[in-house]
Amino acid sequence: MTIHNLYIFDRSGILLYYAEWNRLKQSGITREEEAKLMFGMLWSIKSFVCKISPLDTKKGFLCYKTNKYALHYFETPTGLKFILNTDVNAQNVRELLYQIYRQVFVEYVIKNPECNLKEPIKSELFKSQLDAFVKQSPIFGLKSY
Amino acid sequence: MVIYSVYIVSKSGGLIFNHDHNSPKIEVEQAFSYPLNFTLAYEKQRVVVTFGQRDGIVVGHCLVAINGVPVTGKQLDDGRDVFEVLGNSENYPINLKFARPKMTTNEKIFLASMFYPLFAMAAQLSPEPKSSGIEMLEADTFKLHCYQTLTGVKFMVVAEPSQAGLDSLLKKMYELYADYALKNPFYSLDMPIRCELFDTNLQVLIEQIERTGITNV
Repeated sequence: MTIHNLYIFDRSGILLYYAEWNRLKQSGITREEEAKLMFGMLWSIKSFVCKISPLDTKKGFLCYKTNKYALHYFETPTGLKFILNTDVNAQNVRELLYQIYRQVFVEYVIKNPECNLKEPIKSELFKSQLDAFVKQSPIFGLKSY
Repeated sequence: MVIYSVYIVSKSGGLIFNHDHNSPKIEVEQAFSYPLNFTLAYEKQRVVVTFGQRDGIVVGHCLVAINGVPVTGKQLDDGRDVFEVLGNSENYPINLKFARPKMTTNEKIFLASMFYPLFAMAAQLSPEPKSSGIEMLEADTFKLHCYQTLTGVKFMVVAEPSQAGLDSLLKKMYELYADYALKNPFYSLDMPIRCELFDTNLQVLIEQIERTGITNV
């Protein structure tokens, strides 16, 4: 099991934070362009899911899988979006995303008066705490490349 | 376990087949007094709730009947205008029936072609090399499985999250497509599938998967 990368977007689509661990392929475009593509795709998936759903949705889109990776999506009521790419066999990733939000993002970004919530996060403390949090998760696994 | 619907999308992204197997009905009927505590608007030839979600009436639901008289567009079947009836306090208490709007054929075509770019973007944004497009998409109310053949035709099925055996359903659907659509001399490639044998066999297959989760066709 492994975790590839994490994107955090605010409600208007600004990439607040990006981190990668075991990413084996770059998309071939700049980070900025990639963030726009990712946000655009999620926006479309969200509206696609709302329309194609036979019942009324509450949380809406949760995750998708391809043959190589799985993308997990978690959105807070305030519109912050957490996207984590893992391998296809990872379990309980939603729970991990929620914990990242609760134990790392809230603690080291929301409660940090130096952080402006409309700008990309520069806090070194957040960076190191997030890295440690992700690495201790069982989903991260021991597999190294 | 429920299978909601299946779609077949041609390699150019157009919808060539659609079958609604089991579409749940969501309807709420309630008596209201004047004035109404939510707002309605006329959008896309329906009277829809735009504000004031409550008691199972959700924003996006459309008005289907007033006092048991069906509503078409913004007119009641007896010729009266919906907004005039609702605006007149003498008509209250009034009995309104709301339902989640059914997808029209146009919307289905639109959605099917919308999946195509999502599929391509998922492959491009992959953190691992040589990834395929979306094979499974999960939401809180349903999951969607997609199988792309080597020729680029996509088979999609929308089912309840607990439904098993969807991958084998898609493979079997491909077999049926090859047997009853492609081998039909009156069928031309990339055109909508109108073959009776395909329809009946697909129906049998879906019912079997829904009951048992496995196929033995």
